[in-house]
Amino acid sequence: MTTTTASAQPGERTVGKSSPGTARGPRRRPGRIRRIGLPYLLLLPALLLELLVHLVPMVIGIVMSFKELTQFYIRDWTTAPWAGLDNFTMSVDFDAPVGEALLHSFLVTCAFTILSVGLCWLIGTAAAICMQDAFRGRGLLRAIFLVPYALPVYAAVITWAFMFQHDNGLVNHVLHDQLGLTDKPSFWLIGDNSFVALLVVSVWKGWPFAFLIVMAGLQNIPRELYEAAALDGAGVWQQIRRITLPSLRPVNQVLVLVLFLWTFNDFNTPFVLFGKAAPEAADLISIHIYQSSFVTWNFGAGSAMSVLLLLFLLLVTGVYLFVTSRTARAPRNSRERKTADV
Amino acid sequence: MAAPRSFTWTRRVFLTLLTGFVLLPVYVMVSSSLKPLEDVSSQFHWLPSNLTIRPYIDIWSTVPLAKYFVNSLIVAGAATVCSVVIAVFAAYAVSRYEFRGKRVFSVTVLSTQMFPGILFLLPLFLIYVNIGNATGIALFGSRGGLILTYLTFSLPFSIWMLIGYFDSVPRDLDEAALVDGCGPLRALFKVVVPAAIPGIVAVAVYAFMTAWGEVLFASVMTNDATRTLAVGLQGYSTQNDVYWNQIMAASLVVSVPVVAGFLLLQRYLVAGLTAGAVK
Repeated sequence: MTTTTASAQPGERTVGKSSPGTARGPRRRPGRIRRIGLPYLLLLPALLLELLVHLVPMVIGIVMSFKELTQFYIRDWTTAPWAGLDNFTMSVDFDAPVGEALLHSFLVTCAFTILSVGLCWLIGTAAAICMQDAFRGRGLLRAIFLVPYALPVYAAVITWAFMFQHDNGLVNHVLHDQLGLTDKPSFWLIGDNSFVALLVVSVWKGWPFAFLIVMAGLQNIPRELYEAAALDGAGVWQQIRRITLPSLRPVNQVLVLVLFLWTFNDFNTPFVLFGKAAPEAADLISIHIYQSSFVTWNFGAGSAMSVLLLLFLLLVTGVYLFVTSRTARAPRNSRERKTADV
Repeated sequence: MAAPRSFTWTRRVFLTLLTGFVLLPVYVMVSSSLKPLEDVSSQFHWLPSNLTIRPYIDIWSTVPLAKYFVNSLIVAGAATVCSVVIAVFAAYAVSRYEFRGKRVFSVTVLSTQMFPGILFLLPLFLIYVNIGNATGIALFGSRGGLILTYLTFSLPFSIWMLIGYFDSVPRDLDEAALVDGCGPLRALFKVVVPAAIPGIVAVAVYAFMTAWGEVLFASVMTNDATRTLAVGLQGYSTQNDVYWNQIMAASLVVSVPVVAGFLLLQRYLVAGLTAGAVK
């Protein structure tokens, strides 16, 4: 194995710079076929598994969305009659019950995702900035802040479900019995309040990830920038606005996208909090599709809804990446330059 | 560089409130797990008036918690090990080699993050049943099927993060090993892997937690013998009673090993994120 392939690595742009590596070509050992095949061989397990568990099921799911797939055909789904675009037209017919419910669920999910991602980002960033300078107990505090991230979802969410109980929950005890803010104990897991309950749990669980990523991003900001700014007379708030936040931009672009996808597709939180049927106000789309497929046994319609959801996510991600790609390119170049110089 | 008082005070208040918010459920979990059933079924009280450790004894007999624990441990452990090994190979290929289809691979791997889990739940279920019927390999309902599913859940993120991490390991190191006559795999295991340990630990932690916390596939794809903790905890709510004290005790028992492990390894996670996902 020579260095030919390896040294050409950092990207086409740097090939010229690293050409000394190719000059070592004469030491090439036999086995050229193996060398060409090697990357593929290394990728093979990952590729096979992704195919089996993600891509093939996705293709089947898309095919299923064109079929009239009810419980009668589940034994051999291929025999189910074709439905053409029926499942899709039914899903997007917003005047009929199915489409109306889907649209409602979609809008709820959008509102929920925007609020949850926004709050997670805000709290995570604020906490990371607060923890940037060393102070006594910082390590302990950081460990505490990571607890929601480390707790298994079901254990954490089930505890929140207990706290939101109508008769014996902490939330009503504090709001009603102790503070007297409400006339009578409220219901949190049914009715309109369920949206608030879901949001609180989601933010509690999600912000530590933002905190982690932003904290990691902060470590890459050179201290000299702050020192220079301080010499120029910039206060802490100005430093945060002028140095910290702009420097975090590339980090935030990845973070917000990942948070968005995770939150939008989240199934575990509402499922543990509410069970198989979420209240209308908190009827997130993944639960809604689950309900449409597994409870009412209309797999064709469920698949069609999933496909629509995927298309929406692809669209949003595409637009997002397109809009942010300009700014994202800058740090990438600097990284490549760095590796090339090494 | 003394921060002004307005900032110090904002910081103090904010961090205090946040700590309270974070620890509130933990406190509820601990305190309620030490109360008798009558107390958790009636009005909430901040301090337990009758302390008891009874729930911690009863949790093991109300549901077969030990069995679920073992199942979760096997499933999450196996999924983690497989996922990390496979991700290391794939990330090494992407980080160190130029080959046709590299971009397609990277984009495909990343875009699987986008798929709503619900989209492939039913198809996967059908595939597993069909594979079972055709070859006799029981994937549906077995731990194997769940391991296979979970390891692919963490795989995309792991590969993505490890590519970043391997990129940050100076190429000179493994190039030198290659020049010295090491095979590419030996260069990987002797040079790149040791240099990337924080990233690998971070990925392992992530994979383990993903598998340990997953609910949807666990509730559809397991049976009585293979049930994991994610589903098993539901057993404490019966038609007549919800054993909240036992649920809290069991949640705590289930969480302690994961949280402890995570807090021990969090340094690696932060280091891994710094070099990997964040550039």
